[in-house]
Amino acid sequence: MIHRQPELKNVPFVLALPDHGRMRITEVNVFAKAKGIFAGMVVTDAKIIIPGLQVFDDHLNLADKLLKRLCNWCIRFTPIAAVDGTDGLILDITGCVHLWGSEPLYLKAIMNKLKSFGFNVRAAIADTIGAAWAVCRYGKIKAIINPNDQREALMALPPAALRLDDMIIDRLQKLGLYTISSFMNIPRSALRRRFGQQLLLRLDQAFGKEEEIIQPLQPVEAYMERLPCLQPIQTAVGIEIALQQLLENLCNRLLKEGKGIRVAVFKGYRVDSKTESISISTNHPSHHINHLFKLFELKIATIEPALGIELFTLEASKVEDIVPLQETFWTANGNLESKEVAELLDHLESKFGSNILHRYLPNEHHLPEHSIKLAASLKEEPTTTWPSDKTRPIQLLQKPKPIEVTAPIPDYPPMNFRYEGKLHTIKKADACERIEAEWWHKPGLQRDYYVVEDEEGKRYWVFRSGHYNSDTKPSWFIHGFFA
Amino acid sequence: MDACKRNIIAQLKKDILPLQGLKALVTDNHINIGFRPIELAFPNATFPTGCTHEFLSASPKDISATYGFISGLLSKMMQTGGAAIWVSTSRTLFPAALKSFGIKPDQIIFIDLKKERDVLYAMHEALKCDKLISVIGEIKEINFKESRKLQLAVEQSRVTGFIIRNQPRIVNTIACVSRWRISSLPSELNDGMPGVGFPRWNIELLKVRNGSPGNWKVEWASNQFKEIKENIFSIQQAQKQKAG
Repeated sequence: MIHRQPELKNVPFVLALPDHGRMRITEVNVFAKAKGIFAGMVVTDAKIIIPGLQVFDDHLNLADKLLKRLCNWCIRFTPIAAVDGTDGLILDITGCVHLWGSEPLYLKAIMNKLKSFGFNVRAAIADTIGAAWAVCRYGKIKAIINPNDQREALMALPPAALRLDDMIIDRLQKLGLYTISSFMNIPRSALRRRFGQQLLLRLDQAFGKEEEIIQPLQPVEAYMERLPCLQPIQTAVGIEIALQQLLENLCNRLLKEGKGIRVAVFKGYRVDSKTESISISTNHPSHHINHLFKLFELKIATIEPALGIELFTLEASKVEDIVPLQETFWTANGNLESKEVAELLDHLESKFGSNILHRYLPNEHHLPEHSIKLAASLKEEPTTTWPSDKTRPIQLLQKPKPIEVTAPIPDYPPMNFRYEGKLHTIKKADACERIEAEWWHKPGLQRDYYVVEDEEGKRYWVFRSGHYNSDTKPSWFIHGFFA
Repeated sequence: MDACKRNIIAQLKKDILPLQGLKALVTDNHINIGFRPIELAFPNATFPTGCTHEFLSASPKDISATYGFISGLLSKMMQTGGAAIWVSTSRTLFPAALKSFGIKPDQIIFIDLKKERDVLYAMHEALKCDKLISVIGEIKEINFKESRKLQLAVEQSRVTGFIIRNQPRIVNTIACVSRWRISSLPSELNDGMPGVGFPRWNIELLKVRNGSPGNWKVEWASNQFKEIKENIFSIQQAQKQKAG
């Protein structure tokens, strides 16, 4: 909000939603809160306290959406970022800190960025999710908890810092257990009897005795490489170097595991919090650096670095096992399985688009245009044999073209026909082949196909659509040319 | 003396062949197209693979015959398996029909592009891949320089390229081993039976490097090229005359 309207930075304002015919406040900013306004108040009441209060319409799920967007943005700091409840983010920073120097610098970088967006945030770094959660919401002394200090840091905090149900907190309060230290040493069986399993679980999670798993907003791809840059990258050469490096890392890893890339996405996170991405796909799993680089190279021009890219990632979103091909002594004849052919096709596909490659398999239909189907992949084998009992023209028109014929009725081949303005006299003809329209797919007239040859020796495939009736004349079409 | 000179000339001719892009074929890599008269027209009396051939067609109707003849050659080349690529802009070839020429249609990958320039690029890239048997490209206009590039690519990879030129504006010279023109001939059935017979073509070998051009009438029957015997015509004509 403040990001979009900077003038709101220092004034109290609230977000409100209509509820039972009145406006009820849903969110309150710091200044309004200081004046005693809280979420759940009716707007008119609040306006009595602060006459100049700014009220904006809240949207359902606005906070959720905002949090999710923020969480996505945080991926630049660590790949594992998760949304926690309605008001928090959890970042797993294992192995990310050294890129920013040290933990304090890392935390400062995040805080500064978020503050400049206009968010009031508190953050803490700790060994466990529980401890970080507690310190960031209830801690007062410091934000970065060393592994050794974790116990002490938690001891002074109230039980609410343990993410407990209100009922348990109330009960602890009633019994005078105001800090975690006051009950953490009570025997576990006693605690379980009085407060249930949850308290013990949360306690263990905070102290690291129980593992807690977070659900990252964007699940981390198993095969992903990251390359943060010290300086934002703006040039094509820079992007190429980054890509080359990422490919090397990823391919070396894939090579060891005997896998290859089918689909890969190369992303650049820009300084202005936008993401540029290009993706490639291959016909065969590949971990060949040069080949993959060539595929990406054709698309690098579409990346718009704008002010610069600060983080590159390369993820293999689809990975397959590479079937080790048997080395052949005599390689005069390759086939579709060979790596070189697959790489050639990948190259052409990435240059001209993915719909240029066509490979056909037999399809068990009678109509000639439906008798073949596109193969899904290079490896797909025909499930039925190619029919060879019927003669089929070497050239087939996409759509049969109407012709004018002179034909003796009822069932003789035409004597001549006019096609594209030229009259062809038929010298020879074969008996008709009737192909019924497949009514179980689509109703239609049956076709009587004739192979005919004209005086020049050219052979055509013509058909009559439907029967001769007393009222309608059947129409004739040309559908193909024989060799 | 004369015999000595002839020997020298023959030897020189043999030496020139590889320099001109016609490498002597390794014996086991040699393909037999099954039609001796055509093979004899080429140097070393073998149909040259690993080079580019040009097919002209003056009218769209002859395209079918060209497709047919190329399919026949292709089937001979693909007898031991392998894959081929067919590049074109507006393809009318019906894959299922290749079966009748002895080719498994699923062994051919069709690349359908929008522009002629792209066809040339794709064909050049494909010809560089030595794991293919053949690359067929339908290119209307191609200049000498572009065809030279294709020829250089095949000299490296030993892939056979077929360039189909359908009604080119100018029939310019290009760097191919041979230039062909195929057209349909009326089919004949034995003993003058009614009906349409096996496909027959008039095959004109207009140009051939270091070989002798020729003209043959060929029928494609039971997966073989067969020479048309002229005497069939004469018998039939005689019969007709008798009947008439």
